[in-house]
Amino acid sequence: MKSAAPVGALALIAALGAFAALAQIAEADRKSGSAFMSAQTQQMQHDDGTNPGMLSALDGESLWKTKTGGADKSCADCHGEAQTSMKGVAARFPAFNEASQTPIDLQGRINLCRQDQQKDTPLAPESRDLLALSTFIGLQSRGMPTAPPDDQRLTPFRERGRALWSQRMGQLNFSCAQCHEDNWGKHLGSAPIPQAHANAYPIYRLEWQGMGSLQRRLRNCMSGVRAQAFPYGAQEFIELELYLAQRARGMPVETPGVRP
Amino acid sequence: MARALVNVPTKVKRGDVVEIKVLISHPMETGFRPDPNGKFYPRDILKSFACTYDSEHVFSAELFPAVSANPFLSFTVVATQTGVLTFSWTDDKDQTQVQTAKIEVE
Repeated sequence: MKSAAPVGALALIAALGAFAALAQIAEADRKSGSAFMSAQTQQMQHDDGTNPGMLSALDGESLWKTKTGGADKSCADCHGEAQTSMKGVAARFPAFNEASQTPIDLQGRINLCRQDQQKDTPLAPESRDLLALSTFIGLQSRGMPTAPPDDQRLTPFRERGRALWSQRMGQLNFSCAQCHEDNWGKHLGSAPIPQAHANAYPIYRLEWQGMGSLQRRLRNCMSGVRAQAFPYGAQEFIELELYLAQRARGMPVETPGVRP
Repeated sequence: MARALVNVPTKVKRGDVVEIKVLISHPMETGFRPDPNGKFYPRDILKSFACTYDSEHVFSAELFPAVSANPFLSFTVVATQTGVLTFSWTDDKDQTQVQTAKIEVE
């Protein structure tokens, strides 16, 4: 056993290496949240006649065509048919906004249009109308791969998102990565722990009995680890969304997703 | 009123048992949920659902506060003739939403 010490040291290095490797799920092992659901819930999502998110998408479709604000313009007046103009758009968000020199997510983009083009007041976060519009726009990218933009200006924000992802927080002192990278597939109580890919938002969550955005889901997890949740629209959320989009690169968009 | 999704197969054979799926958007407020000030949100639910097949009553259901928001119902009917299925939901204020779907029987 003369090599015991080096073996021990190697084991330690291997353990550290494994710890570092755990920070990223291999591309072949990536699974959408829907893969962790029961067959009934999957069926509910796949059938547009039973997916309750489609009710919100229909609301969004009528809002798309509704004239509003001081400019008395509808989304369709500038963008035309969403089926063509919005195809693949949701899959590319969050994106860099020239005017503010910061990244914005889809909801932020909708509200910018509302203020600048329609001359109307921004929609409140998680309001029925904002969720409906983002669901409708998201639906136009369904089945397309998540395609975060290769924009160098986004890199520092995305890196901050990556840091937040592995930042321990709250009274329980957990990071996102500890559950969703190191322990996915196991259970938390009776609920399976998914890999937390953000490819189906906005989702209809059965527990909420309604639609919710990715930020609502993130706030949910934050209160789960007993942390003080960031407010809606916080820069930290956009940074996390950027990192999550990068993490889910290439995974098909499922909007509107159904989750238990 | 509310938005509803009705799922009826359009073309079926005579005598087939067909599955009908209906989904409607409704908050189904139970009346037992307090607001931040402790006052209860008033009850607002859909209390009944009925389906008629060419004016013949084929299915009905009573709904209660324990039913989730956006209630989804699924049931079967025997396709006897080409006709119209009429679905109606009635809420606490006795307002009724009606939706129809055609079914073609060969």
